Amino acid sequence: MDDFLVIDHVSKTFGTQRAVDSVSLNVVKGEAFSLLGPSGCGKTTLLRMIAGFERPDSGRILVNGQDITALPPEQRPVNTVFQNYALFPHLSVWENVAFGLRMSRRPREEIRSGVDRMLELVRLSEHARKRPAQLSGGQRQRVAIARALVNRPQVLLLDEPLAALDLKLRQHMLMELNTIHEQVGTTFIYVTHDQGEAMSLSSRIAVMNAGRVEQVDSPAHLYETPRTSFVASFIGDANFFTGTAVEFQHEGYVRVFVDGLGSPLVLSNGTVASNQPLRLMVRPEKISLTLARPSSGERVNAFRGVVEDRAYFGTHTRYRIRAGEHSILAQLQRSRFSGGDIDPARGAEVWMSFHPDEGRVVRLEAAS
Amino acid sequence: MSTASRTSRQWLLTLPSLTWLAVFFVIPAILVILTAFRPADLQGGVGPGWTLDTLHELNDPAYLPILWRTFSLSAATTLICLVLGLPVAFQMARAGQRLRQVLLLLVIIPFLSNFLIRIFAWKSLLHPEGPLTKLLISLQLIPENAVLLHHSGTVLLVLVYTQLPFAILPLYAAAEKFDLGLLDAARDLGAGPWRAFAKVFVPGVRRGLISAAVMVFVCCLGQYVIPQMVGGASDEMLGSKIAQRVFSDRNLPHASALAGGLMLAVLVPMLIVALWQQFGRKEES
Repeated sequence: MDDFLVIDHVSKTFGTQRAVDSVSLNVVKGEAFSLLGPSGCGKTTLLRMIAGFERPDSGRILVNGQDITALPPEQRPVNTVFQNYALFPHLSVWENVAFGLRMSRRPREEIRSGVDRMLELVRLSEHARKRPAQLSGGQRQRVAIARALVNRPQVLLLDEPLAALDLKLRQHMLMELNTIHEQVGTTFIYVTHDQGEAMSLSSRIAVMNAGRVEQVDSPAHLYETPRTSFVASFIGDANFFTGTAVEFQHEGYVRVFVDGLGSPLVLSNGTVASNQPLRLMVRPEKISLTLARPSSGERVNAFRGVVEDRAYFGTHTRYRIRAGEHSILAQLQRSRFSGGDIDPARGAEVWMSFHPDEGRVVRLEAAS
Repeated sequence: MSTASRTSRQWLLTLPSLTWLAVFFVIPAILVILTAFRPADLQGGVGPGWTLDTLHELNDPAYLPILWRTFSLSAATTLICLVLGLPVAFQMARAGQRLRQVLLLLVIIPFLSNFLIRIFAWKSLLHPEGPLTKLLISLQLIPENAVLLHHSGTVLLVLVYTQLPFAILPLYAAAEKFDLGLLDAARDLGAGPWRAFAKVFVPGVRRGLISAAVMVFVCCLGQYVIPQMVGGASDEMLGSKIAQRVFSDRNLPHASALAGGLMLAVLVPMLIVALWQQFGRKEES
């Protein structure tokens, strides 16, 4: 079996609040996996249950086939990089990294070589004798990573690893974390509320909301084919329209009646029933803007609108376009202007259009 | 604001407390030490002129056991107070806001009644006809004819009782600033709860430990009421001897010499600790 870390119907309630609600996840060995969601979605509680700081009310947690649900944190083959790093202020960098090996009473020589090798990996060898207070934020974080990895954990948990760093350092550490993951090959579990972080750090992401997992998928799949409106809005920007399915076509397309926009043709998610209210999602950058009605036939969904707002961001320009009741967000890359797209000014009348493959039907709620 | 005017403002602010310390501590301390070099007169006062006779009198082997008892009792009290106070401070720091207030109040409550009254209370508690003695005898925990009062164990017990809050308060102040998340980190790295406490919490509150130890030890050194009231004839501490020289022997120079010696014995180690801490702080920052 490929599943290395198995979370099996785990629930945890604090008082009357169901922090984690029957969550099941399977993580493959060596994978970089993210738990992504807004604050209070249960991701941190789930992490603390994997680390052993909280005991689930029900369900099991397995690592490499071993049930660790009842083990105290010190007996788990799991180590954590804490959000504020939690370095021991009274110990030097070297002693911080050596702490775990000392606790497991390894031979002196093994401790020395293990710590030295780990400090080399995170490029902190020349700071070995310093106290944590003498280091910069990025260096402290690398100490925290080394201190956890030196114990050769089966699973490394990283709790908001970049939240305490400033923007520039964050982008640098993002690359650094990917490099470290590639070098050690340990299973990494990130907890983050930042979709950008999750997407660039992990091969798969579990999007959590209100104690439940909404969708587990690769970053590209989450972005391109979100299953719920929560996932669609949490990862990237999205335009949502409420409508009803009126006509099913071959190859999974469905025509959806949206009040004020006509009946665009979009990709169905396979679970659409006719005459049921549903939600349609289009990403802003999938919308084209033209002066004349696009003429590529009936397989293009086109609407008229008036530009209400325009904002230039360097890499792209965003437009807020009013079409009757609807306020639609469109985003254009500079380079696309050459392909027939225009850069309309505020108040201009334009045609918006998107291809049926770019429209998605999403569920209002996660399946139970 | 310029550095110069800020420095002078700081001096101005510390002036009241400096004056207080000078008038009520430094000057009397110097007077005490000077008195040790004056001859005693028969009325219990100080005679004219200067002499080194009192210092020669101090060279009396009878003082050695008293000195040893004073230091060993103080050290034992300090150790017991730290061992008892550390877990209390730890739990107080871990407790919720409300429970913490209650615990803090409970630690402070003994100060609301007079020190002497509390010692008298122990005296009647431990009296052969007292409730505690009777209870322990009826539970057959101590023999019928046991005497709880008037031996060195009693002195130690009451010393620990009076000094414990002075250990708990600085320990709590340090424990409150301690990041309890560090204990999670220690557990995560393979330390059991006890090792996490010993390897991370104890070093984390070491400044509080030093303050508590100095506080308790110094307060113990000067005690004379406790050994006099609950101790036996052979439980005299240096403080008892000083009191005896003042009140019954009426020999002020001799009492001053003892008091001055004790004062130096306390101040010099404290100065060393203070300098060491100053040095340690500089090294860390």
